[in-house]
Amino acid sequence: MFEFLPSTGRMVIRFVHKVGAISCFLFSTLWNGIRPPYYGRQVLEQFLTIGFYSLPVVGLTAIFSGMVLALQSYTGFSRFSAESAIATVVVLSITRELGPVLAGLMVAGRVGSSMAAEIATMRVTEQIDALTTLSTNPLKMLVFPRILAGVLMLPLLVFIADIIGVFGGYLVCVYKLDFNSGNYIQSTIKYLEYDDVISGLIKAATFGFAISLMGCYHGYQSERGASGVGRATINAVVSSSVIILILNYVLTSVLFSK
Amino acid sequence: MTSAKSYIEVNSLHKAFGDKVILNDFNVQVHKSESFVVIGGSGTGKSVFIKCIMGLLKPDSGKISLNSHDITDLSPNDRQQIARFGMLFQGGALFDSLSVWENVAFGLMNGQNMGREEARKIALEKIDAVELSAKVADLYPAELSGGMQKRVALARAIATKPDIIFFDEPTTGLDPIVSGKINGLISKCVKELGATAITITHDMHSLRAIADRVGLLFEGKLIWTGTVSEMDTTDNPYVQQFINGNASGPFTVE
Repeated sequence: MFEFLPSTGRMVIRFVHKVGAISCFLFSTLWNGIRPPYYGRQVLEQFLTIGFYSLPVVGLTAIFSGMVLALQSYTGFSRFSAESAIATVVVLSITRELGPVLAGLMVAGRVGSSMAAEIATMRVTEQIDALTTLSTNPLKMLVFPRILAGVLMLPLLVFIADIIGVFGGYLVCVYKLDFNSGNYIQSTIKYLEYDDVISGLIKAATFGFAISLMGCYHGYQSERGASGVGRATINAVVSSSVIILILNYVLTSVLFSK
Repeated sequence: MTSAKSYIEVNSLHKAFGDKVILNDFNVQVHKSESFVVIGGSGTGKSVFIKCIMGLLKPDSGKISLNSHDITDLSPNDRQQIARFGMLFQGGALFDSLSVWENVAFGLMNGQNMGREEARKIALEKIDAVELSAKVADLYPAELSGGMQKRVALARAIATKPDIIFFDEPTTGLDPIVSGKINGLISKCVKELGATAITITHDMHSLRAIADRVGLLFEGKLIWTGTVSEMDTTDNPYVQQFINGNASGPFTVE
């Protein structure tokens, strides 16, 4: 009992310390980032890396999730002859839940890890110090563009993933389960509301923010050597994935209660 | 040595990482346009001291002044308003996503908002000044040898015409011939700029090639300072051991 208390206390202190450090990092990035000069080229580069080059992996995840969702719903709904609800179930699950969460996790693995590794390598090889000696603020040039791109590009990615996912469901229902194509499309649209899509996109922007922040923070604080870079990458991916799953619940309960 | 004459003045600087004390009551005065070289064993905090001057690290206590301004609490950018810094990092620290000329012109384009055309022209001049051919300008740092990377890094450090240049072990990891070349280029570039140079090294050849004055760092403080000729005649046992490379003496190797 008495050994348990101090170790719990230490864990809490460490957690609070980390949250504080990340907040300071974020504040200082935003404070510097909103002032000129702006690094348009870096921002554009990040838009491409996150928004464009992640499309294949996110699209692939979305189409197979949509397909499997349709198959599984069919298994359930056909038991009480409710096959007509499948289209609605697929579109709602994808826009509200699977689109943002799966895209978020895939981007955390793909982009979060590369951000952490790249910035950590720059830290370890003193390139970040070199930026400072050349009168360039590294937070402004490296971190701010990545956070901006994360917040703006993830919703776009998720929107495309939504369309591809719904299309996956359509493919399975029409070509494998012999549904009528027109009816399927009609019932997809009929019960879909703006809020369903918007709530998914709000989630996406939050997840994008978390991925970039974790990737940049852990890279920036990396310790020396190759093992430091490795640890930074692991920390970035694990922490952003966990944050995505927790935030997903929090946001769902907030958006749901409206 | 009066403080009125000194350009960079560091007073009782302390810096520790966790339990490990790196700088302990560190004092130094460097005059304008001189080349000051700090020698000392590996891992004794030589680079920590220059990073404190540039503002890359924050000292735990102590005072740093530059041209009679107290800069201890200033950000790196504000320090550069007082005197422009340039630094040659140990590993070069070239940006590997940028080509050689973009590396050299980085401070001009980003720090001084110079246009690309004009910056490229100056970059090519600097590449020529470090005796590299114009052909390397469009290569990437990874395509160059270690010695060439060092020279590009030197070109980048001098491109912004700094008032103070720091050299962090400029010859580490290079063969003697390339080292000799780098030492020659450093002396030439520093003289042409009229800059103040602070170098940290444990290469005695390098020291003799570039130093006006020398300081020996031991256990977090400078235990001896003097000119190169004083260094050769002093009977200080630490200095004697260091310049002769004796295994036995007051320095203990861990």
